[in-house]
Amino acid sequence: MLKTNVCGVEFRNPLMLAAGIMGSNASSMNWILKSGAGGVVSKSFSLKPHPGYVNPTTVAVEGGIINAIGLSNPGVDNFKEELKKIDHENNVVIASIYGATPDEFSQLVGEVQEFVDMIELNISCPHAMDGYGASIGQSCDLSNTIVSASCDVAEVPVIAKLTPNVTDITEIAKTCEDAGADALSLINTLGPGMKINIDVARPVLSNKFGGMSGRAIKPIAISNVYSVYEAVDIPLIGVGGIYSWEDVVEFIYAGARAVQIGTAIMDEGVEVFAKINEGLEKFMAEKGFSSIDEMVGLAHREL
Amino acid sequence: MINEPKIVEIKEIIDETPTIKTFKFDWDMETLGKPNPGEFVMIWNFKNEKPMSIAQINDNELAITVKNIGEFTSQLHDLKTGDKIGVRGSYGNGFNNSFEGKNILAIGGGVGMAPIHSIVSDLIKKGNNVDVVAAAVTKDELLYADSLDKLGANIHYCTDDGSFGFKGFATDCTKGLLEDSTYDYAFVCGPEIMMKGIFDILEDANIPAQYSLERYMKCALGVCGQCCVDSEGWRICVEGPVFENDKIYQITEFGKYRRDASGVKF
Repeated sequence: MLKTNVCGVEFRNPLMLAAGIMGSNASSMNWILKSGAGGVVSKSFSLKPHPGYVNPTTVAVEGGIINAIGLSNPGVDNFKEELKKIDHENNVVIASIYGATPDEFSQLVGEVQEFVDMIELNISCPHAMDGYGASIGQSCDLSNTIVSASCDVAEVPVIAKLTPNVTDITEIAKTCEDAGADALSLINTLGPGMKINIDVARPVLSNKFGGMSGRAIKPIAISNVYSVYEAVDIPLIGVGGIYSWEDVVEFIYAGARAVQIGTAIMDEGVEVFAKINEGLEKFMAEKGFSSIDEMVGLAHREL
Repeated sequence: MINEPKIVEIKEIIDETPTIKTFKFDWDMETLGKPNPGEFVMIWNFKNEKPMSIAQINDNELAITVKNIGEFTSQLHDLKTGDKIGVRGSYGNGFNNSFEGKNILAIGGGVGMAPIHSIVSDLIKKGNNVDVVAAAVTKDELLYADSLDKLGANIHYCTDDGSFGFKGFATDCTKGLLEDSTYDYAFVCGPEIMMKGIFDILEDANIPAQYSLERYMKCALGVCGQCCVDSEGWRICVEGPVFENDKIYQITEFGKYRRDASGVKF
């Protein structure tokens, strides 16, 4: 009943681990899959190892957390070894990659696609260095070149992950669709945001600014999914502040075919996936739905 | 438990050894949460933030014990009484301190004595008989000699160079103790190579134990994944830092490798 299909890729349920959360090695991703997620998105990685920012890289605030980990990763050569160790049977494995140029992205796609089912392009991290992350996803031109370059070499479906930190997310969404993206995931963290400690009058994060995630950003994510659903024809994956099965239903009604869960793991533990699946299945049975497909985009119906 | 730094003033600094200092600060247990032995806090010196074991849990006061091993710890060592630091936590799964009237062995190597100090204090208060193997490279680096003595622990000093107490490693000292005594339970913290050696000895002797592990940590909130260990994926900041011996078997990287800030194994 919980099965869903995103651009031809079958998920046994619509829940997956969001990029950047517990996705640094195969062991933790296997744990998430065992805990009930239908798929995992790795932490974003680049061609070379990168240590990220100095701590503090994360601080909790009302309604979620602000992070500026700074895209730390062990580089593609090391990460490939982790991707190989993920339990692929009946699970969807997605690599999240980042770079600064079309060439870096296409190189990464070429290096990892044999080990994964899909590739997600991180063109949306709000605390990345200049030239990376949201600095790509905030520009239609750059998004277009990077998505095109990635899709040109990709033999697996490509997902572009969008930033909400733009004037009009539907423009970027349409650009990515035109450039060949097979699916879109939205949204990445919101912001940048900042936390200042008032005793010492100092921003807490070493990078000062970070991306906001957690419960507080869910309404923004829902509205972005809703708007983009009306603007494009490719499937959407909803991300942002999902803690419960009710949240998942909202995202699906807004137009998502699957969702990604991250910050909720901090409060609810890894058990959050099984708990949501159970609640979702019960809800679907009560409402008489026999598939996720029947629920996608229902909030768009004219009364 | 608090997830954003609380600014505290350093009330007292104790020069424990030429390389190790203890920092004490007030901690309102009611509003900030009362830690258990084995838990850790994130210490922010306004330049960087790192996890530190809680060495003492007193009445509305905490202490951390810090060895000067790099840039951050050297900055901490430069602090004076009255200076401020940010503290968040306490975090993690601490030691099991529910034992009463048992025969306990606690083994600490170097600054790994810090969490051992807090669990030993607790266990003695609960009427356990506690033998402590306090290991260091040399006499000057032995930690908490007076304090543990006052608590009523039976201390077995052990130095690599033999300048005080047993001459040799904590593993050899422990083997010697097990020839004459047996224990209901053990607690271990120190360099991982030492813990691996102790683990093998205690397993041979059928003594269940808990081990406090250390990994590179960023968020300490259980989300970033930096401290996840092979092969179960457990987070040192949530499922750890303390693991029982049966879990240690499943941490296949134990005693073998760890990961740096990028995630590269070393």
